[in-house]
Amino acid sequence: MDALERYEPIVDDYAAFREACGRSLPSVVRANGIKADPDRAVAALEDEGVAVTRRAWNPSILEVDTDKPGNTWPYFHGWIHGQEEVSAIPARVLDPESGDAVWDTCAAPGSKTTQLADLLDDTGLLVANDDNLGRLSALRSNAERLGATCVAVTNEDARRFTTDGFGIDAFDAVLADVPCTCEGTIRKNADALDTVGREASLNIAALQTDILRRAIRLTREGGTVVYSTCTFAPEENEAVVDAVLDDEPVELVDFSVDLAHSPGLTAWNEETYDDSLARAKRFYPHQNDTGGFFCAKLEVGA
Amino acid sequence: MENTSHRFERLPASADERDVEGRATREAVLSYWTDRFGVPRDVLTPYTFWEKGAGKIWIAASDVPDGLEVESFGMTFLRTRQEHWKPTTNAAQRFGRHATRNVIDLSPTDARAFVAGEDREIEWDGEWGYLIAAHDVADGAAETSDDADRASAESNARREPLGVGLYLHGELRSMIPKGRRRDF
Repeated sequence: MDALERYEPIVDDYAAFREACGRSLPSVVRANGIKADPDRAVAALEDEGVAVTRRAWNPSILEVDTDKPGNTWPYFHGWIHGQEEVSAIPARVLDPESGDAVWDTCAAPGSKTTQLADLLDDTGLLVANDDNLGRLSALRSNAERLGATCVAVTNEDARRFTTDGFGIDAFDAVLADVPCTCEGTIRKNADALDTVGREASLNIAALQTDILRRAIRLTREGGTVVYSTCTFAPEENEAVVDAVLDDEPVELVDFSVDLAHSPGLTAWNEETYDDSLARAKRFYPHQNDTGGFFCAKLEVGA
Repeated sequence: MENTSHRFERLPASADERDVEGRATREAVLSYWTDRFGVPRDVLTPYTFWEKGAGKIWIAASDVPDGLEVESFGMTFLRTRQEHWKPTTNAAQRFGRHATRNVIDLSPTDARAFVAGEDREIEWDGEWGYLIAAHDVADGAAETSDDADRASAESNARREPLGVGLYLHGELRSMIPKGRRRDF
């Protein structure tokens, strides 16, 4: 069976969804404000003959008419970074303030980490963790090329992470952008659907739940946790958030992103989820000509 | 005490406070950037400085307890424990736009060769040694918006640092590391 067919009942305009999943993605980069004003990055790209379209919802997101943005001066100078449009959503939703202590649980290769560093105005403390040693070099080199000085890179299992050594008791904000089945990257990776399905999603959901739980426990009261994946599977999205709502002091909160989206599900197959899951957002490829994404914002209470 | 390679150890404020032999001091690091490149002290004073790995100095916006054991903290900034200290490519890119001396402006052709890792014969009537290589790109605000006024007032707004070169005997040797090289 086709891996996406099971989503027909939950996706508006399923035909458009399938058609979009079959197309390649536009070439998109994020302008990095740590090293240059985004206006300067745009001007420098245009000087090199690269046409740029800025996204209305986030003017730092630039669609560029080249499939090799890495071969431009703005890239060499660390003014831009290749980052898919929907991947730029969760850091904006977390929206840390200058000086905050922030934890990025699964950070490599660092697109969202460096975006968080930019949103922090490169201040505070941003702990970028990844359990995969092989992917840390990409995380480190991206952070350095983009000029970030507020980032500490760690190589731990996020499920057992602690704040030991950092001189803080808890984080102000945590991004749990967890490992997932990556169905939403089908437009970029032709084999993204080869091993997906309900079983694969249920298998990885336990890990996702444990990471989210750890994220919540390391966040101060009144702090924020954003949970995100690049998959459509409700088992990895709403079901994971629903599981922690039962026994962790958190609630889902509303947020706005000026992109077309669908609300999180409150029912799927035989299961029902807390009504507040409707405050999460699903981004489908046909809605904004992007990859697929899921994002939920949680506020940590007492 | 000896330098340990797996922990981030804070640079002593000055030589009086140094308890690890050969370790650069915070004062010496700040003075190096001012003396060699004319970078105003207040550009770097908000940061903390650390050694991890012999001679490898890191710059961080954050402050943490001494002895942090992590993979990286902040940005690699400066190579010390050698006769001539050497800034990293990324430090030159991030902070070099505040430099007012020992900056060599490259033509478009030389700039392309420099980032491809090639050595070039170029005239330079200043000091030999490590220089910040720069070229012109689209002008506009530099760095974060807070610094825009200062940065644009400091120097030619189109000048942008590429990295570090070693100037000796009429030749500029590119110090761009392999992973950062580009062929345009």
